[in-house]
Amino acid sequence: MAVYFQKREVVVPGQLLAEGRYRASFGTYDDGDRIYSALVGLAELRGNTVKVVALEGVYIPREGDLVLGTITIVTGNNWKVDIGGPYLASLHANNALRRPYDDDISRYMDIGDVIAAEVIAFDRVTGPFLGMKGRGLRRLDSGMILEISPAKIPRVIGRRGSMINMIQDILRIQTMVGQNGRIWIRASNIEVMRLAIKAFKMIEAQAHTSRLTDRVKTMLEEEMANIHGEEMSEDMFEEPTDIEDSKESEDIAEPAELVEDEDTAEGEEPVKPEKSPKTEAVDEIKDDSPEDATEEETESEETETETKEEVSE
Amino acid sequence: MSPEVKPDSLLNAEGLRFDGRRIDELRPVQMEVGVLKTADGSASIRQGKTYILAAVYGPRELHPRHLTLNDRAFLRVVYRMATFSVPDRKRPAPSRREREISMVIANALQPVLFLEQYPKAVIDVFIQVIQADGGTRCAAINAASLALADAGIPMRSLVPSVAVGKAEGTLIVDLGDEEDKYGEGDVPLAILPGTNELTLLQQDGSFTREELMEAMQMGINACKYLHELQKDALKRSYSKKAPEGEDDDDEMDDYDDDLETDLGEADIMEDE
Repeated sequence: MAVYFQKREVVVPGQLLAEGRYRASFGTYDDGDRIYSALVGLAELRGNTVKVVALEGVYIPREGDLVLGTITIVTGNNWKVDIGGPYLASLHANNALRRPYDDDISRYMDIGDVIAAEVIAFDRVTGPFLGMKGRGLRRLDSGMILEISPAKIPRVIGRRGSMINMIQDILRIQTMVGQNGRIWIRASNIEVMRLAIKAFKMIEAQAHTSRLTDRVKTMLEEEMANIHGEEMSEDMFEEPTDIEDSKESEDIAEPAELVEDEDTAEGEEPVKPEKSPKTEAVDEIKDDSPEDATEEETESEETETETKEEVSE
Repeated sequence: MSPEVKPDSLLNAEGLRFDGRRIDELRPVQMEVGVLKTADGSASIRQGKTYILAAVYGPRELHPRHLTLNDRAFLRVVYRMATFSVPDRKRPAPSRREREISMVIANALQPVLFLEQYPKAVIDVFIQVIQADGGTRCAAINAASLALADAGIPMRSLVPSVAVGKAEGTLIVDLGDEEDKYGEGDVPLAILPGTNELTLLQQDGSFTREELMEAMQMGINACKYLHELQKDALKRSYSKKAPEGEDDDDEMDDYDDDLETDLGEADIMEDE
C-alpha cells in the first residue's frame, strides 16, 4: 500500500500513482495491484479511489448532462444536433414536443437553431440521444454562446455552483453552462458581456490553479467599478462610448450566432436585467408544447436552478 | 543546397564521433508541448538539426465514413516532409516513404492508446518534418506521443524512440544524417518505458545477432533518458500556465470541493 504522488500533482501518462488495494477511476488504469495515470492532469486520492482530473479533452456525452447544441440536420421526426466532440446527437420529436405536433417539425426548430437539451441515452453503439422535456430546456433565442474546453466546465460551475452563481450575482447576467463546454450568456449590455467572456476565459486558462473563485471575483468587481465609473463620466460629457478592451471580443467563439437584442448594443442602461419581449418565435412552440418554451418572467429563476441541478449530480 | 561532404571517418582515434559525441550520446534534444494554438494537442521536437512539429486533433467525427471502426477509434497518422526539409528539394507529392513511415508510426503509437473508448471516431496525428537531419521517424514518435498526451487522449504511457546504428563496426546511438548515410546500418526502435516492450523495431543494414541485441539494449537505455525529457516537457507546459505558482495548503479547501464534483461524474463513467 503506497501512494506515489503529491496531492494535486501534475501527472503524466504512464506515471505510477499507487500500489496496493486502491481502486482505479477516471483518468487512470490498473495493471494488477498498480495504478497508473492515463492522462496529463491533477492526481487526486479520495478514500481508496485514485483519479486524475483531466486538463484537456473532447466532450464525451454522459446520461443526464445538460448540453448546448446547434441543429445541423432536420429529418422526418428527428433533429441532428452538433454538441461538440466526436458524436452527432439526435433529438427525436417525441422527446421535444408535446403531441400532437405538425408533420413538418422544422416549424418548431430549424437548422442553425441553438438549443439547450439533456442527454437521455448514450451507449457508444448508437449515438447520443437528447431530450428537451426538462425544466429550462428550450431553444435559445438571444444572448450568445461561448465555447471553452469541456474539461474546464467543472471549474466554471464550482462547488454547488459557487463560481457560476458568483459571476451571475456580480454581473447580473443569465447563463447556462453545458457540460459540452458551451456557455450561454445573456447580458444587458456589451461591456458586461465582454466582462463575462473575460471571466470565463480566465477560468479556462487558470483552471488548474487554486483560489480561482476569489481571483475571478476580485477581477470582476474591479472591472464592474470601471464600467460604472465610465458611464458616470459619459453622462457628464455626453461623449461617444470608447470601449477600451476590444481584444476580448476576438475570443468569442460564435459571436453573431445569437445576439439579436438591439437594445443591448448601447450601454446606456447599465445593469438592469431588462427582459426584452422576445416571444414571437417562442410562441410558435408554446402553442404545441408549453413545456419547452419557458415564459420570460420565470426565466432567470429557472436558469439558476439549472446550474444548481447540474452540480448536485 | 548545403555543401554536403562525406566526412573522412565517422569515428576518430579517441572513439568520438565526427560531431564530437561519444558513441552512446544523444544529440541535444529540446521538446516543447502546446506549440500550436488551433490543434487539440501539439508538440515540437528539436534533435540535433532535426525539427519536427506534431499536431493531434480529436477524437472527432471520422470522414470518410467507410473507414469507421465500430469497436474502436481509428488512428490516422500522416507523416509529411516539407519541401525545404532536405538539401535537395523534396517533391511535394506524398511519397511511398512518407506513407510507410506514417504506418510505422501509427503502429508504434497504437498499443498505448485506449482506442476502444472512442468507437467510430478518429484521432488524427499530423507530423510535419520542418528540417530533416536523420532520425526523423524516431523524433516524430517522440513528438507525436507528447501531442497525444497534450490533447487529453488517454494513453498507457508516453512512447520514447531512438535509432541505434553502426559505423565502422561500432554501435552508435541516435544517428545524424551523415551517420545514417555513410554508416553500415540503422535500427530504429520505440519502447513502452514501463515494461520495456518494443512497439517499433526496424533494421537497415546487416547486424550480427549479438550486435542487434546490444543495439537494442543501447536503444532502450537511450529511450529511458528520452522518456525523462518527455515527462519533463509535459509537466513544464502545465506549470508554466499557472500564473501565481503554488499556493499553500490552507488555501486549498475551495479547490478540493471542486474535485468532489468531478468525482461524482467519474463514478458514473465507471458504471457504464
